[in-house]
Amino acid sequence: MIEIHNLTKNFGMKPVLRGVNLTVERGEFVALMGPNGAGKTTLLRIVASLTRPTLGRVRVNSFDLPAHADSVRRVLGVVSHHTLLYGDLTAEENLRFYGQLYSVENLSKRIDDVLNQVGLSKRRHDLVRSFSRGMAQRLSIGRAVLHSPDVMLFDEPHTGLDQEASAMLDKLLKSVAAQGRSVLMISHDLPRSLQLADRVTILSHGKIAYDSPTKNLSLADFAKTYNELAQ
Amino acid sequence: MSSSTPKPLQILNIVSILMFIISLGLVFFYAPREAVMGEAQRIFYYHVPSAWLSFVAFGVTLIAGIAYLRTSDHRWDRLGIASVEVGIVFAVMALLSGMLWARPIWNTWWTWDPRLTTYTILLLIYFAYLMLRQGIEDPDKRARFGSVYGIVGFISVPITYFSIYLWRTIHPAVFGRNESETKMSMEPQMLQTFIFCNIFFMVVFVTLLWHRFRLESNTARVEELRMKASNA
Amino acid sequence: MKSYLQAILAIAHKDLAAEIRSRELVSAMLVFSLLVVLIFNFALDLDKSARENVAAGVLWVTFTFAGTLGLNRTFAAEKDRGSLDGLLLAPVDRTAIYFGKLISTLVFMLLVEAVVLPVFTVLYGISLFNILLFGVILLGTFGYGGVGTLLACMAAQTRTRDVMLPILLFPVTVPVMLGAVRASTGILANAEWGEILTWINILVVYDVIFVAVAVMVFDYLIEE
Repeated sequence: MIEIHNLTKNFGMKPVLRGVNLTVERGEFVALMGPNGAGKTTLLRIVASLTRPTLGRVRVNSFDLPAHADSVRRVLGVVSHHTLLYGDLTAEENLRFYGQLYSVENLSKRIDDVLNQVGLSKRRHDLVRSFSRGMAQRLSIGRAVLHSPDVMLFDEPHTGLDQEASAMLDKLLKSVAAQGRSVLMISHDLPRSLQLADRVTILSHGKIAYDSPTKNLSLADFAKTYNELAQ
Repeated sequence: MSSSTPKPLQILNIVSILMFIISLGLVFFYAPREAVMGEAQRIFYYHVPSAWLSFVAFGVTLIAGIAYLRTSDHRWDRLGIASVEVGIVFAVMALLSGMLWARPIWNTWWTWDPRLTTYTILLLIYFAYLMLRQGIEDPDKRARFGSVYGIVGFISVPITYFSIYLWRTIHPAVFGRNESETKMSMEPQMLQTFIFCNIFFMVVFVTLLWHRFRLESNTARVEELRMKASNA
Repeated sequence: MKSYLQAILAIAHKDLAAEIRSRELVSAMLVFSLLVVLIFNFALDLDKSARENVAAGVLWVTFTFAGTLGLNRTFAAEKDRGSLDGLLLAPVDRTAIYFGKLISTLVFMLLVEAVVLPVFTVLYGISLFNILLFGVILLGTFGYGGVGTLLACMAAQTRTRDVMLPILLFPVTVPVMLGAVRASTGILANAEWGEILTWINILVVYDVIFVAVAVMVFDYLIEE
């Protein structure tokens, strides 16, 4: 699970996050939305241990950040709009590389499983450079779950995908999330977030301005609130 | 933070100016004419202190860099950048005064003397330091990178000096090193003038550093207020 | 410890495997090196004895220029693709990234040097096949690559990055340059062992100090 308590982040003098409180329970899928510049990416990078918080407390699976960054990194999987893959390596080589960084046990077996899961077994020896955006993004999900993380972060994973690829990705994201993982996803897509997530939150001016379960929340109501807060 | 100049700094301003005037008197009228080098030797009263104080300045940057990396306190970084700029001023003074002296004494503006060469490389390192900082927007990153380069740069200087020294001693120098510089006879008035000038430069160094540090702090403060205003 | 070494090798291996596929970087470094060697010959208008005097200097200028080309890409390529985050997300000590990158850079530089040496031998009519010289080349390349990898990481994150690297790197690598050139010249001229050894010592001291410093400060260059 992810626990964020009173999180503040300044870039130089500029405040980006001003006291964010947010918890993602075990097995919960939370979407984080908000206008550009609201601090979504900063928040995600802090949880991902890539950026240090200025103030406040961030815990992932009860490991504190940044003090226990290494333990957090072990249980964290990140899917970003950058695929974090190398075009000059094959699908399998990419996974092998990341598997070695994470010291994954029985790596070859695990790579087989993951490639199966994301439907790329047949393309395992092809260079990632030759992949379509959708295929690369699927492999990138495989890369993110390779070390069986408990907590997953999705940073606008649908960027640059066409409808078909997006639909496929949704299915994959759902199946990845369904395995008891906590998921925090950044997105701009209101209907998609409502459909995928258990809870939707809106970050505005560096604070969580809205937080609601998606159950019984209509798209029209949510869109109205979103537009008001995004002003 | 008060915006008016603190009392000790005001005093330092006045002391610096007074000492400058006194130093001119000492250098040009009190200290006797040196027998071998003549009038040109008087440069040495300003040349030597500015040279060693530039090293002190870059050393301060090294220490401020280490302190910043350990504490992330931006005041250390401000001290670091302030000290680099003051150091560059002193280093350029030392280099130019050295060339002015070398022209009549060694009969050339420039030799590949180890000190001269190392010194020029040193200056280039700190010009690079300034350019590096200019190329980074994020203030935290700028401070961290500046600190790291301040450390790497300063550590390289002794090895650079030593390697160039070896190069010159193993190879015949184009211009023989003039020994008169080292065996210059110091008369008491000369020594007094020399000591005074060193103290004078130390005072000027502290004064400039303080001013530059305050400027840096005030700039940061203005930035902070502007942020507050735009967020209000 | 085992996972630390595994991470270093994984990063180096990944860079090398990608380079074997694309051959973009090493071929660019190679063509550039050969151009530098040729241009020096025209620019200095060298006769036989002059060539012997400047050979080591030309060789090292070639190596360092080509090295800068390679260094410029090590971190910039990761940064552009966003894959630097992929490395930083992994539970490995940050210095493993430094050493992995250092190894791949060294392999690229040594490969280029291995091709330049015979070409240089033919064009300049000076035999460079000497075990001692190889040792000096190894030490010099290691020192240059060691500091270069550190500063390349820094330069890749500035606005003017490609321009920034040589400006940051050249003034602090003067001892490597001088030590390597003097040692190489001494070896080629069959100078006294003592004289050569002095320069080799400088290279060793420089290498040890700067790789140690790099390990200590590398964290600060990639964390935010």
